[in-house]
Amino acid sequence: MVPVSHVLALSVILFGLGAAGFIVRRNIITIFMCIELMLNAVNLAFIAFSRYLGDPDGQIFVFFVIVVAAAEAAMGLAIIIAVQRNRQTLSIDDLDSMKL
Amino acid sequence: MTLLQIAFFFLSALALASAILVITRRNAVHSVIWLIVTLFSVGGIFLLLHAEFLFAVQVILYVGGIMVLFLFVVMLVNLDVAVKQAQFSRQWQLALATAIILMAELAYGIYRGHQGFTLAQTSAVPPTIGNTQAVALALYQDYMLPVEIASVLLLVAMVGAVVMAKRKLE
Repeated sequence: MVPVSHVLALSVILFGLGAAGFIVRRNIITIFMCIELMLNAVNLAFIAFSRYLGDPDGQIFVFFVIVVAAAEAAMGLAIIIAVQRNRQTLSIDDLDSMKL
Repeated sequence: MTLLQIAFFFLSALALASAILVITRRNAVHSVIWLIVTLFSVGGIFLLLHAEFLFAVQVILYVGGIMVLFLFVVMLVNLDVAVKQAQFSRQWQLALATAIILMAELAYGIYRGHQGFTLAQTSAVPPTIGNTQAVALALYQDYMLPVEIASVLLLVAMVGAVVMAKRKLE
């Protein structure tokens, strides 16, 4: 039996890695992947608590998080394509204005 | 150490190693591949935690859907320029400090509370309904309205993505 604190520790480390990558990377696609990493870490914590409480509600929440992540990925990647087409760059250092 | 714990530690190590590779690889295609490995390992841990339905959702929707979308976009955009540019911004000290403070804060919380985190030993008798059935019952009985709202959200995202990615706005 795996203790819940082990799973939570793994979730915390994954979230920290995602947060660090979010700040440190310059390529906007990699930054987007770091967001997915953080979302997955949170899902892991939800499922650990769902198992701990013996209640499926945590898994329902994870389901909705995945739905929102799918919507976010579709929108975000469309925006990335639009930005790439208009600015010919994906480095966030060059993408500092709101105008396309 | 039981087989369950060995599997957990193996999957955790795999997830952490590939997560580190995600944020350090220069080529975005490699990052996507390593992120797929991370998602598979986390899905395996879902399975260890008796969330079989979400394991399937993770593999089919995340790995099979979202990550393939990522791969498509990575290959659509021109990355030859991006690979040659500097990969890390100048604020890596800030990133390191943020990550360490965040992890220390959360680790302290877990350390203070971990005595209470023993698993509920309610499942001496196996549950009468499976995991998928339990999730489905909760989803379509208690959470009917959120499911409908989520479907509208997906529709909005789909229309928005098509509009944003269209070549010319008229």
